[in-house]
Amino acid sequence: MKTVSRTTALKGLALAAVASLALAGCAAAPAAPTATPVDYKACMVSDAGGFNDASFNQEAYAGLQQAVAELGVQEAKVESPEAATQTDYVSGIDSMIAEGCNLIVTVGFNLATATRDAAKANPDVNFALIDSALSNDDYSPLSLPNVKPIQYDTAEAAYLAGYLAAATSKTGKVATYGGMLFPSVTIFMDGFKQGVEAYNTAKGKKVVVLGATGTDSSKWAATGDFNDQAKGKTLTEGFFAQGADIVLPVAGPVGVGTGQATLDKKGTYVIGVDSDWFGLATHAAYKANILTSIEKKMAKAVLDVIKSGVEGSFTGGDENQYVGNLSNEGVQISAQHDVAYPAGVQAELDALKADIISGKIVVASGYKK
Amino acid sequence: MKRVMKELTGGNAILSVLAVVASFIVGGILIAVSSESVQTTIGYVTARPSDFFTALWNSVFGAYDAMFRGAIFNYKATSFVQMIKPITETLAYATPITMAGLGLAVAFRSGLFNIGATGQIIFGAMFAGWVGIFVDLPFYLHFPLAVLAGIIGGGLFGALVGLLKATTGANEVIVTIMLNYIAGMLLSFLLKTPILQAPGSINPVSPPVRDTSKYWFFLGDQFRVHGGLIAMLLAVVFTWWLLNRSTLGFRFRALGHNPSAAKVAGINIGLTYVLVMGISGALSGLAGTSQVLGSEKFLTLGVAASFGFDAITVALLGRSNPWGVLVAGLLFGGLRAGAVTMQANQGVPIDIVLVVQSLIVLFIAAPPLVRAMFRIKESKKEVAK
Repeated sequence: MKTVSRTTALKGLALAAVASLALAGCAAAPAAPTATPVDYKACMVSDAGGFNDASFNQEAYAGLQQAVAELGVQEAKVESPEAATQTDYVSGIDSMIAEGCNLIVTVGFNLATATRDAAKANPDVNFALIDSALSNDDYSPLSLPNVKPIQYDTAEAAYLAGYLAAATSKTGKVATYGGMLFPSVTIFMDGFKQGVEAYNTAKGKKVVVLGATGTDSSKWAATGDFNDQAKGKTLTEGFFAQGADIVLPVAGPVGVGTGQATLDKKGTYVIGVDSDWFGLATHAAYKANILTSIEKKMAKAVLDVIKSGVEGSFTGGDENQYVGNLSNEGVQISAQHDVAYPAGVQAELDALKADIISGKIVVASGYKK
Repeated sequence: MKRVMKELTGGNAILSVLAVVASFIVGGILIAVSSESVQTTIGYVTARPSDFFTALWNSVFGAYDAMFRGAIFNYKATSFVQMIKPITETLAYATPITMAGLGLAVAFRSGLFNIGATGQIIFGAMFAGWVGIFVDLPFYLHFPLAVLAGIIGGGLFGALVGLLKATTGANEVIVTIMLNYIAGMLLSFLLKTPILQAPGSINPVSPPVRDTSKYWFFLGDQFRVHGGLIAMLLAVVFTWWLLNRSTLGFRFRALGHNPSAAKVAGINIGLTYVLVMGISGALSGLAGTSQVLGSEKFLTLGVAASFGFDAITVALLGRSNPWGVLVAGLLFGGLRAGAVTMQANQGVPIDIVLVVQSLIVLFIAAPPLVRAMFRIKESKKEVAK
């Protein structure tokens, strides 16, 4: 009895499957592709966040996708696993070399050592290292002709975001935290702080920045990783409890936790990092609470470096490093979306931006001593 | 709970093998479903069915072929070194996973569910790393001292759990999970202080360990497999001897079968808890030395990677038998090594490998499911239990 019912059930399932196949499968077959691609392979190795982190890695990967679409290059990519070790980075890069890549973009500070060793061993492969320069084991700087460092003076854009946050805050308190306190992270927080101070000086106010107290950036607030959104949410709720109403999370996907926290408390806002969060599905739930985003236009830099590779004009070494800033549009803050700015602030931001580009205002950072 | 433990750690080898096979089959289905070319071609499967079946074959066969080329032998490579590199990668990944797996097997056989391999690896790595970085000795003294320090570090951290259980009756599952966090946070703290942080660096990394403390890279610098492999094989033999041939191991197993009976038989339960957890932690500490003195060469926050948790699966898959753990460790090393090529070459998401690993756990935890899938009758031995 049992067997009979099982076979009938199976038959029914099979019928349903065939029916759905027939229904789904009646579209016309597309024509075979005709375009001839370029004989150049551009590759990318992500950090632990992965290419769909709605932030850092994803922005870099967008550049590779553009290169595939616009330049017709071949692509290959490796996502480092969560809890990645140096071994994972090394084998990720090795596998890209085995795939015959002409150019390998390594995304993030964590891959610096692995990139250095692979670049030394493979002088005919070009590398672009995002967010870090190379260094020797004793931390003395190193320059290799086949490695182009791509770095961002994000302090300039963060300065504008800090000014905007200070002007928008109703409680007179804003906050920021990092994932891990790497230089490429604290530069956001530092620029943000300077922007808030600029607002205080200009308007005679006393807006406070929580999470970045004191000059020692190694003591600033951090979640300790770039994965755990729950930690970001807890930390943000702590800042809200202390009276802050705007939080800048510099922690890749961990920032989602901050976004979720803004949903629980009315009148609180989040500032996005790396790309414009307003347009990303990951951040859609709280997009009305995104004040602005500090964008690193990594896609453009990645596309440019791949283009130079295809054209045979790749230049490496520290003297040819790319530093994105406001003036070359490598960094920027997003245009206004849903959150209303206080009257006149947009004009002040435009003026500040022009002053930074002209050099009248100098935002201190590791790139400008 | 006791029954489940028995089922997990006893069981027979054929079920382990079938669990792996079943996981690969389900993994293959997932690869096919997630493949873009399969998704596109199914849209016009009636108009041009050949496209669909080619895409299906290419995605599944291509993925597992890439895994083979990444984990065992790359027959498409141009040089001999590149051809045999994959198997050495597998061995390099398998080394720490197997070592920690052996540690957990010792605990599981003694009826202690040690979840703390992560913390014990971190402690082993911290101790070994400190000696490797700051002590200046000739090779023949430095290397053994650094490895010994790692074993002691992991062993003490493990023994602490045994001590807590023996004296206060604390549940080892909860204690070990919590100690994982404590070890991780301690490492994170020490990497921000001059105790372990590299001078001149503002990032949480230590200076590299000295050359005199490193494992021997017996195949040369272009391969990442190192002397830890030999240490791992010695550890397998040691664990086998300990569990099956020594009186101490007999006490361990007696404790695992029935603590009350063991007590009546005159075994000092408290002391045995401490010894079991000490040896279990020492083996995980050895895995830590393989990381810091072999693969990584300096300490970072990610020094234990996911090996502590992989080791649980490896110990279960190997049925807590040292040789079984070795085979399971090699399988997991291969999965991790193959995943990279699968991703680089075929664009299969790295998460598929995680899914396959998780399915293995699922199938091991549900032997009736595997039996039903492959239509195997329950063996008499198991029924008798």
